[in-house]
Amino acid sequence: MPDVIAADGTIRNDNWVVVARPAEGDSLDIPEGQPALIPADLWLAGYEHFTGRADIGVWFDSHDEPELLQGKVNELPLIAVNFPRFVDGRGYSIGRLLRERFGYAGEMRAIGDVLLDQLQFMKRCGFDSYVLRADKDITKAARCLNFFSETYQAAVDNDVPLFRRRAS
Amino acid sequence: MYVYDEHDRKIAAERVAQFRDQTERALAGELSEEEFLPLRLQNGLYVQRVAPMLRICVPYGMLRSEQLRRLARITRDYDKGYAHVTTRTNIQLNWPRIEDVPDILGELAEVEMHANQTSGNCIRNTTTDQFSGVQKDELADPRPYCEIIRQWSTFHPEFAFLPRKFKIAVNASEHTDRAAIQVHDIGLQMVRNEQGELGFRVHVGGGLGRTPMVGPTIREFLPELDLLTYLEAVVRVYNRYGRRDNKFKARIKILVKALSPATFAEKVEAEWQQIKDSPTRLTNEEINRVKAYFTEPAYDALEDATDLLSQQRFENREFDRWLTHNVAEHKKPGYAIVTLTLKKTGTPPGDVTDRQLEQIADLADEYSFGEARATHEQNMVLADVRQDRLFELWEAITGMGFATANLNTLTDMICCPGGDYCALANAKSLPVADAIQRQFDDLDYLYDLGPIDLNISGCMNACGHHHVGHIGILGVDKKGAEFYQVSLGGSSQHDANIGKILGPSFAREAMPNVVSKIIDVFVENRTEEETFLDTYRRVGLNPFKERVYA
Repeated sequence: MPDVIAADGTIRNDNWVVVARPAEGDSLDIPEGQPALIPADLWLAGYEHFTGRADIGVWFDSHDEPELLQGKVNELPLIAVNFPRFVDGRGYSIGRLLRERFGYAGEMRAIGDVLLDQLQFMKRCGFDSYVLRADKDITKAARCLNFFSETYQAAVDNDVPLFRRRAS
Repeated sequence: MYVYDEHDRKIAAERVAQFRDQTERALAGELSEEEFLPLRLQNGLYVQRVAPMLRICVPYGMLRSEQLRRLARITRDYDKGYAHVTTRTNIQLNWPRIEDVPDILGELAEVEMHANQTSGNCIRNTTTDQFSGVQKDELADPRPYCEIIRQWSTFHPEFAFLPRKFKIAVNASEHTDRAAIQVHDIGLQMVRNEQGELGFRVHVGGGLGRTPMVGPTIREFLPELDLLTYLEAVVRVYNRYGRRDNKFKARIKILVKALSPATFAEKVEAEWQQIKDSPTRLTNEEINRVKAYFTEPAYDALEDATDLLSQQRFENREFDRWLTHNVAEHKKPGYAIVTLTLKKTGTPPGDVTDRQLEQIADLADEYSFGEARATHEQNMVLADVRQDRLFELWEAITGMGFATANLNTLTDMICCPGGDYCALANAKSLPVADAIQRQFDDLDYLYDLGPIDLNISGCMNACGHHHVGHIGILGVDKKGAEFYQVSLGGSSQHDANIGKILGPSFAREAMPNVVSKIIDVFVENRTEEETFLDTYRRVGLNPFKERVYA
């Protein structure tokens, strides 16, 4: 059961599990009685079965296209984006697209190689929960989320860039 | 030039506090080497062959005298008393201690400087023409747009972990391109459309390095208000689809080539349509706000000092040479643009001592409204000097090592720090530059040869821009020994192209003679009006090849 960091840096616990992509030919192994995140394309493949369920969410890998679930994102209770390596920045674009283009309003979670110094960027790109890599000091998350009180450019957390705020 | 307001100051201070915290965690072992790497790189800190290196950002090359004095003090207090001007108009320290870097950044922030994004896989310092705002033939001053790009790209949350580094350059002159925009990830050429509106022609996917390319045009006209949304679309397409499996194929040029420029442009256009009316779209109000920082200084109403200068030229041959080569025409009558060359033989190209930095600060205050500019050819510029004070200035700088009248000649070379300092280098570059400067020590001969760009890089990363030198020299490693490959015919101007490799590489000792032979072929073949590049383009590679490998 992972410790989950919220956008304000507080820590809670929940029992969402990430179900890995099954090997070719195998079927999806969703654990009983536990909310589960399944690969986004498999959710779509089993759409009739999964939609509307509060205990089934999806996860995108960094090379996945969020366009896949365009028009359906708000049927999901939770969407996670995997950062396979912390230097892989594709997840930031996925986050912004899910929020800004596809209007996802539910919880969006960063999973994978999530480190303290990436949290601020994730937050700005619309992630509001984070599962920190296990060896990192979760008590420092709040500080690392809040180094900056001002930003130049628009993103999900503030869609008005500084130049428009300066003018007003 | 741009002056911080309370928002800029706050962001700068918070950045220093953040890096202090990150450095403490790294030194305490809470961050692995690999995890600290992108954090320190995005604060300008490399760990080099013999010592760390700190690359301090000089946005689009502009420096105030107080900033130069602070840089001098930092090189004295934290380093060995000298610094190096880079080919991205930044300033590098070669010997800082890692644990001192947060303090250095703190000292820089006090004078509105930083080392943000001078390295790492992010959007780097935006560069432009060092004669911006003072030359006659520009459509508009490009510096306000550079500053707008600087602010947009600073800590951009979506683009902090791109596949690879990302460099943007802006040029506003119709006839010259001192910013070499066509060998940048994005090159922006200011243009006017048929309605007379200001905008940009957008080149994407140029670059040097292992796979040199001239950037194709993906949009003929981008209105100025759409600048940031369009940049965001380009970088988003790159962030999503650029290759991440192979460092050597990760630059945007590889993506543009793989998709074809037309398909890449379509993808950008589709993305841009979605965001072009977002709040990121610029406003005239913002452009005017930033432009207000780049207004003209309080020029005196003067006439050109033609007679005085003729007289002074007549009386002093050395001054005459310097005036011809190191001083450029200014848009205002009675003023001139002076380049302080940092290419004195015996000193690594682009190196300045703490004392010289202070001298440049004093000169800026005395002669040029307190401002100086770093150039991508690794020189410094005083942009607003009164013509009737040029002689006095020349006398002052002669003893300082800034008056070597070799600007744009063979010995005004671009040269990376190379194997003497850089961990990436395959070969040393500074001793090659030095040997060539010693071989060609006759200024009259250099003038007779005319403009020649000789660029030297110590490795494929091409920090010395060897691909676009008329003569390019690249250090290569052959079974552990240092060798040098020569290319000819490159250009970074509007007619940009990549030089052709002459043939097998040479040992270091052979290099001055190789360059001599190349020059001999040029001298024997040229017509009266031809430059080196003209002759090369007419006669081709073969005559050079035959002579050098004879």
